[in-house]
Amino acid sequence: MLLVTCPYCGPRPEIEFHCGGEAHIARPAEPAGLDDQAWSEFLFVRTNRKGVQAERWLHQHGCRRWFNALRDTASDRFLATYEMGAPRPSAGGEELR
Amino acid sequence: MSQPFRLATGGRIDRGRRLSIRFNDATLEGFAGDTLASLLLANGRHLVGRSFKYHRPRGILSHGSEEPNALLSVDRGPGRRDPNNRATMVEAVDGLVTGSQNHWPSLELDAGEVNDLLSPVFVAGFYYKTFMWPRSFWEKLYEPRIRAAAGLGKAPETADPERYAHLHAHCEVLVVGAGPAGLAAALAASEGGGRVILADEQAEPGGSLLHETSALIDGMTAEAWRARALETLASRENVEILPRTTAFGYYNHNHVALLERLTDHLAEPPPHLPRERLWQVRARQVVLATGAHERPLVFADNDRPGIMLAESVRVFVNRYAVAPGRRIVFATTGASAYRAAADAKAAGLEVTLVDLRPEEDCGAGLQTLRALGCEVLTGHTVVGSQGRKRVSGLIVAPLGADGRVGARRTLPCDCVGMAGGWTPAVHLFSQSRGKLRFEPAIDAFVPGTSVQAERSVGAARGVYELSDVLADGHAAGADAAGRPSERAFAASPTPAGFTGIPLLPTDADPAKLRAFVDFQNDVTAKDIGLAVREGFESIEHVKRYTTTGMATDQGKSSNMNALGLVASILEKPVPAVGTTTFRPPYTPVSFGALAGQSRGALFDPVRTAPLDAWAEEHGAAFENVSLWRRAWYFPKPGEDMRAAVARECRAVREGVGIFDASTLGKIEVVGPDAAELMNRLYVNGWSKLAPGRCRYGLMLKEDGFVMDDGVVARLADDRFHVTTTTGGAARVLSHMEDYLQTEWPDLDVFLTSTTEQWAAIAVQGPKAREVIAPLVEGIAMDAESFPHMAVRLGRVCGVPCRLFRVSFTGELGYEINVPAGHAREVWEAVLEEGQRFGITPYGTETMHVLRAEKGFVIVGQETDGTVTPDDLGMGGMVSKIKPDFVGKRSLARPDIVAGGRRQLVGLLTEDAALILEEGAQVVADPDQPVPMRMLGYVTSSYWSEACGRGIALAMLADGRSLMGQRLHATTQEGFATVQVVEPVFVDAQGERIRA
Amino acid sequence: MLEAKEVSRRDEAAPALDEVTIRLLPRSARFSLRLRPAEAKRLGRVADFALDQDINRLVATGERRSLRLGPDDWLLLAPEAGSEAIAEEIGSGLAGVFHALVDIGHREIAFEIAGQAGARVINSGCPLDLADAAFPAGSATRTLLAKAEIVLARPGEAPLWRVECGRSFAAYVEGWLTEAAAAVNGRR
Repeated sequence: MLLVTCPYCGPRPEIEFHCGGEAHIARPAEPAGLDDQAWSEFLFVRTNRKGVQAERWLHQHGCRRWFNALRDTASDRFLATYEMGAPRPSAGGEELR
Repeated sequence: MSQPFRLATGGRIDRGRRLSIRFNDATLEGFAGDTLASLLLANGRHLVGRSFKYHRPRGILSHGSEEPNALLSVDRGPGRRDPNNRATMVEAVDGLVTGSQNHWPSLELDAGEVNDLLSPVFVAGFYYKTFMWPRSFWEKLYEPRIRAAAGLGKAPETADPERYAHLHAHCEVLVVGAGPAGLAAALAASEGGGRVILADEQAEPGGSLLHETSALIDGMTAEAWRARALETLASRENVEILPRTTAFGYYNHNHVALLERLTDHLAEPPPHLPRERLWQVRARQVVLATGAHERPLVFADNDRPGIMLAESVRVFVNRYAVAPGRRIVFATTGASAYRAAADAKAAGLEVTLVDLRPEEDCGAGLQTLRALGCEVLTGHTVVGSQGRKRVSGLIVAPLGADGRVGARRTLPCDCVGMAGGWTPAVHLFSQSRGKLRFEPAIDAFVPGTSVQAERSVGAARGVYELSDVLADGHAAGADAAGRPSERAFAASPTPAGFTGIPLLPTDADPAKLRAFVDFQNDVTAKDIGLAVREGFESIEHVKRYTTTGMATDQGKSSNMNALGLVASILEKPVPAVGTTTFRPPYTPVSFGALAGQSRGALFDPVRTAPLDAWAEEHGAAFENVSLWRRAWYFPKPGEDMRAAVARECRAVREGVGIFDASTLGKIEVVGPDAAELMNRLYVNGWSKLAPGRCRYGLMLKEDGFVMDDGVVARLADDRFHVTTTTGGAARVLSHMEDYLQTEWPDLDVFLTSTTEQWAAIAVQGPKAREVIAPLVEGIAMDAESFPHMAVRLGRVCGVPCRLFRVSFTGELGYEINVPAGHAREVWEAVLEEGQRFGITPYGTETMHVLRAEKGFVIVGQETDGTVTPDDLGMGGMVSKIKPDFVGKRSLARPDIVAGGRRQLVGLLTEDAALILEEGAQVVADPDQPVPMRMLGYVTSSYWSEACGRGIALAMLADGRSLMGQRLHATTQEGFATVQVVEPVFVDAQGERIRA
Repeated sequence: MLEAKEVSRRDEAAPALDEVTIRLLPRSARFSLRLRPAEAKRLGRVADFALDQDINRLVATGERRSLRLGPDDWLLLAPEAGSEAIAEEIGSGLAGVFHALVDIGHREIAFEIAGQAGARVINSGCPLDLADAAFPAGSATRTLLAKAEIVLARPGEAPLWRVECGRSFAAYVEGWLTEAAAAVNGRR
């Protein structure tokens, strides 16, 4: 079970969290303006990187806030967790445990 | 004589506490402190089981948790029979009933032994090669026979009456293993006051110190040092010592699972104690002091009972005061066997030692042993053994400088101690995802690069010299606690060097060699050779093809020999062959421990609504809806379900019914931007909904498919009371929060779940108004003031309420929302008031029938996550004005606007009495060739009391264009003719609902 | 010989004198208050309910207790009798400030777990570190007890914890805690 550092509550067990997939994919401001191809890419296409990936996490059974995290998908190491809306930190930041 | 092989003195057993156990048909005596293995050996029992595949007689190989052979069934009473217990790990308890496994009719005389004679046939890959054809034989002959023959031991037949517990724990330093390294680590780690957990799988902490009768540490005996260390640790409040506790899994971020065995060693356990406790430990640092396993030697017939590991002979002699034999031959490729031989000799046993290595490489132990009067043959190999159910002789031969095997000689014996070197127990390190490194100097894989905050110490990382082991443990423990400290220890020298030889040199025909590598899965050196010859060169493939290392012991004793064999056949170095991955659990874990308290009533929460107790008192039948337990129907005496539901339906259509709708999800949406958020999340528009009015809302996922629905009431400009489906409550709130927090954090609106705050009592039927009006204060109840789809705040029975005029039945109806704690008093008052109209409680089944008669869909029944509003005939609800809402863009995707989509329709069976099965497929022509073209399927189907016939809802391709057509739906017998109709069967004009 | 003095194990020792007890607490006035963090900081408190404490901290002012469960999320507790007056007090205190106040007095059920080994009972299903240093007096957080979501609070120095859960989960939570306590208390 991972130990996830919630930006609001600190390190907490994974079982309190829900992972919401890839982060930093903003919903288009005007979906009607997108052609089918662009819309389907927004809807369905996600990267699945082996290595550091930015992900959305929800502290569901805690403060109930969504936040973002940089996680190495191969080692399960968290490099950073940060508030929703904050820019992605440079990868290689100090490991958070 | 009782315990004929018990030594007169010594050992850690308590001679004052005599006990007896049953083993098969015999009653055997032993002492407190014995394991089943030491007790059996004390009684001269070496034959304790039959091997898995060849049914060869097998004895006790080891003294620890790596034991592959001595797997016993232990019976502690009804439901407490437990197969495959390692005899070396089960503590002897007075009255324990045990037995051997895998034989028929008896251990001594086993018909399965014929497999051994057929062994030339049963080679590696035998199953894959043999049961290929004829094809039809697989199901009828091969598989049933193999199934009957496979498996070890018998599962219990009744439920386990024991209790099991779970515990989450945290510590600064978790030390796994309480041998010298672990004790030193725990002592150092606990000095600063940080929490330390010390877990050890044995009954007594101490590890190898428990049988180190001659070693000195810092001038005291090993036992005195051990006792002092434990005393110190026990006196520290920050230390938790867990004996009989196996760390079996090392997971992410230093999450380590421990299995603590609490009662199996007690003859009369206190009733409150759980049998086992599963610990989930989150440790800041982990110290792995898991020791090392001794390797067997691989030679012909190396599996006879009486042939065991040399260090295990030493353990049985020193720790348990048991002579595994009177005449012991030690066979070795290394130094540690000399110490075992010397201890056996000191215990008065006759000892001979055979060393593969030339005289000059045999070290100081050689002269010591000869000085004790033991014969030592150096430069000798072992080419076989004699005996059937017990070894009677070891066949040895000199090995020439050119590698030639010389003249054979048989050494008579009743026990063999074999020493093939040491393998560090790197299992937990490997589970932690650490990378192993091959260390040629000790012919073993040792922990290399760490991935988690852990460190291995002592024999677990190939450090065998006792003084080094202690210093290593101390330094690691101190470092783990963040207080680095070095300490030197003085200790007796530890002979440990060896030459790793995966298969002893022999002059025998390799094709006939029965030299076992993996004892538990009956894998021989020949099988491994065959696998490599057949092209399985990767160790992972060899493992799966031969099953070496795949038994419950996970190859603890066999892995290095198997690897060495593959490497030598391929003429590659061992690291180039690599090693297999170690996976949890380290040793088997009972299902009970994994389940813990989560069984019976605590298996899953059974959520009950505020009126559950009333329903139970009034004889309701219940059904589960997600985690909820809901009243399904209320049968009267003599009524079956159909009769009860028909009566309940009639009551609602003709008079009045009452229903507990409290499980509906409820969300309070509050803030100046509440309507804006609703506009963005639902297909409908909300800006113009006046306070005091309700609207049916439909919610899509971004992919355009229906996610949930429910009635939404606007309580004020800035406050909505949203309802969701029962199962969708948490999902919908989560969906709304997600958009609010991550896409539109600028909106001034907050969401709060009120599902459990409000009990919802539905009062439905033509008489509904007359029933509740007298109970309501502060609300004008006439149809004009309080129309359908409106909400009013007031009081009912003196309790504050939110009164909805809504209907999921098609009748005049209300839903009285009151704070949950007042539900029962209000429910009973309504019932009382409704007596004059014959008010009838109804359950979820009647609710389903009534709504189906009206064609109201249930999300999750009519929909399956690929259904759009238009598919449901609700296209008209979708706002044309709003530029955007979640899912809107997807409704214009090509495959959603294309024709041929399944659409909601009603079906009437030609035979009015027939009720279709939900899920039944619908086709146009039942005589078309198979596979038929499916038009769709039935989603809901009931007996409609109002219509006096069966009715159904279905999703059919282009269904709305099929109105009036005759189609065919599958039944158990064949097909039934159905007619496609509009999906509404009662009051199509909706007059009753607006009454 | 076996060591005469075995390593003492608390489970095998005689039942602890200080038994862990589980008690259903009377119904409270209970509100969910949602407020922007900046407003909370500016206001400091409303109607004697603290707003500016750290996340996952509980502050008591007389009989009114405020549990900050998230950056914009407070659980307010008070004796049940004053419920309607409290709502009005908070409403007027927050007039003109964007907030959501929702009465959840009947939404949850509260239990009190008391006794030295109370943390061990809760840790049978709760994965948090409840040692004094990690979960000191004044801690309060949403978390899990086995398969139920709970709010766990430790109001003071005493070994006493408050567990709140949704009312439909109450039977499960009580059953879970009772079974766990039986083992700790030395009872079947």
